Amino acid sequence: MTIKTPIYMDNSATTQCDPRVVDKMVRYFAEDFGNAASRNHAFGWQAESAVDQAREEVALLLGAHPKEIVFTSGSTEANNLAIKGVAEMYASKGRHLISCVTEHKAVIDPLKHLEQQGYEVTWLEVDGMGRIDLEALRGAIRPDTILVSLMAANNETGTAHPIAEIGALCKERGVLFHTDATQVVGRMPIDVQSQGIDLLSLSAHKFYGPKGVGALYVRRKSPRVRLAPLMDGGGHERGMRSGTLNVPGIAGMGEAARLAREEFDQNVAKVQALRDRLEQGILAGLPDAVVNGDTEHRLPHLSNISFPYVEGESMIMGIKDVAVSSGSACTSASLEPSYVLKSLGLGDELAHSSIRFSVGRFNTEEEVDFVVDLVVREVTRLREMSPLWEMVQEGIDLSKVKWTHH
Amino acid sequence: MAYSDKVLDHYNNPRNVGALDKSAKDVGTGVVGAPECGDVMKLQIQVDDSGRIVDAKFKTYGCGSAIASSSLATEWLKGATIDEAMQIKNTQIVEELALPPVKIHCSVLAEDAIKAAIDDYRTKQGAEAPAES
Ligand SMILES: Cc1ncc(COP(=O)(O)O)c(C=O)c1O
Repeated sequence: MTIKTPIYMDNSATTQCDPRVVDKMVRYFAEDFGNAASRNHAFGWQAESAVDQAREEVALLLGAHPKEIVFTSGSTEANNLAIKGVAEMYASKGRHLISCVTEHKAVIDPLKHLEQQGYEVTWLEVDGMGRIDLEALRGAIRPDTILVSLMAANNETGTAHPIAEIGALCKERGVLFHTDATQVVGRMPIDVQSQGIDLLSLSAHKFYGPKGVGALYVRRKSPRVRLAPLMDGGGHERGMRSGTLNVPGIAGMGEAARLAREEFDQNVAKVQALRDRLEQGILAGLPDAVVNGDTEHRLPHLSNISFPYVEGESMIMGIKDVAVSSGSACTSASLEPSYVLKSLGLGDELAHSSIRFSVGRFNTEEEVDFVVDLVVREVTRLREMSPLWEMVQEGIDLSKVKWTHH
Repeated sequence: MAYSDKVLDHYNNPRNVGALDKSAKDVGTGVVGAPECGDVMKLQIQVDDSGRIVDAKFKTYGCGSAIASSSLATEWLKGATIDEAMQIKNTQIVEELALPPVKIHCSVLAEDAIKAAIDDYRTKQGAEAPAES
């Protein structure tokens, strides 16, 4: 079998839409193109029935009630709606929120926005594996705390937070709990009841659905969560999200949710086996490569690895036959290392030389073996070219060298 | 990010990677840069009695443009006299490799590495043979 390059191993950025999902969507563009809010004719009823079915599927996936699902354009919007919606609605109760420094920008930035409006945010720190300290969370909760927002698993390192424990703690203290579960859907079990989740964000394109559609789960009972909408308009989605529904997208997400639920065990087993094969292969070939994050509690499909003594950009150049993400948000103008990896205590240098591999269920063992070979070969080649590697071989302690800063 | 064909060529087939005996009297070694800045270059020259560079080697930790700049520098150094080597300017490297503005610092580093290697060689010669010149 010949391998087609580049090989896609960036499934935490997005996934390929499942062909069954695409099939499901097509008829809602041309045939059943109605507006789900049209109550007077069959076009509208068809669309509404597609939306209802999708709502049912998304709810089933989360252990929720269909009436608790609000469709959005994705996780960014869902996070904004949860955070700003709670902040506005509960402002008379308090103006304090708790989150963490490793959250996605789609949580950090809405919170920063609130800080500018006079809200106060406690930013929890993480340890070297990206884990929060539950006692620190307990200590941060105050009488005026209205929301704890902590992601289910991190998009860069894969580290999973103990969601059920956080949910229980929030319940005990009477604080609402929002989780950004974008990376977790279809990859780790989610159950809003047993995990004590009040609000949960998801995005269809991370679980083999279409881009530009997602949802926010909003608890309806014990407690009933109320939200101020981000947008005012026709009052769709029980007033929480106005705007004509994206019927094809929602139908696609429903189908993706059904597949994620029904094929959960086999999908997780597959990506985990591929990830483990990849990680073990790379570590066997490059013993001083370092796996970042919590290797025990983490996403099954992701491995974030630092390669000491080789520089990140040259590495990406060397392994261009595989599509991955790097630890440096490397725009042409700046080489800013990842804030997530830095918060784990990685130096700029290691953060720069880290690669996020995230496999998906369309990857194969042959592709994994090809990537292992490629990475081991390129890192070895670049190391042989590296004066840092040479110094280390000579027994020089790099931290003691006097470098010429420029 | 788009690299020029010349950068890609040097990155894929770097010239003169390796090390010379840094304790030898006729070898000058220059190490410039810092790991946290993203690049470290080590450049070495071996010089014969007439002041001509007979061999040059490099090792670089850095992006593709840094690797290419130092690889190109060793090509230019081999066969050059010390005086000619002192004339190499970073702008020539920028031009030859078609480096974009964000990568100009790579060429500056390569020029610094050349100067540092020559300095080291001259210091050694001065220390060993104070009578000369
Ligand atoms: C953890 C996390 N939250 C939020 C998002 C944003 O999702 P979207 O761009 O689909 O709105 C992403 C995707 O990059 C993510 O990984």
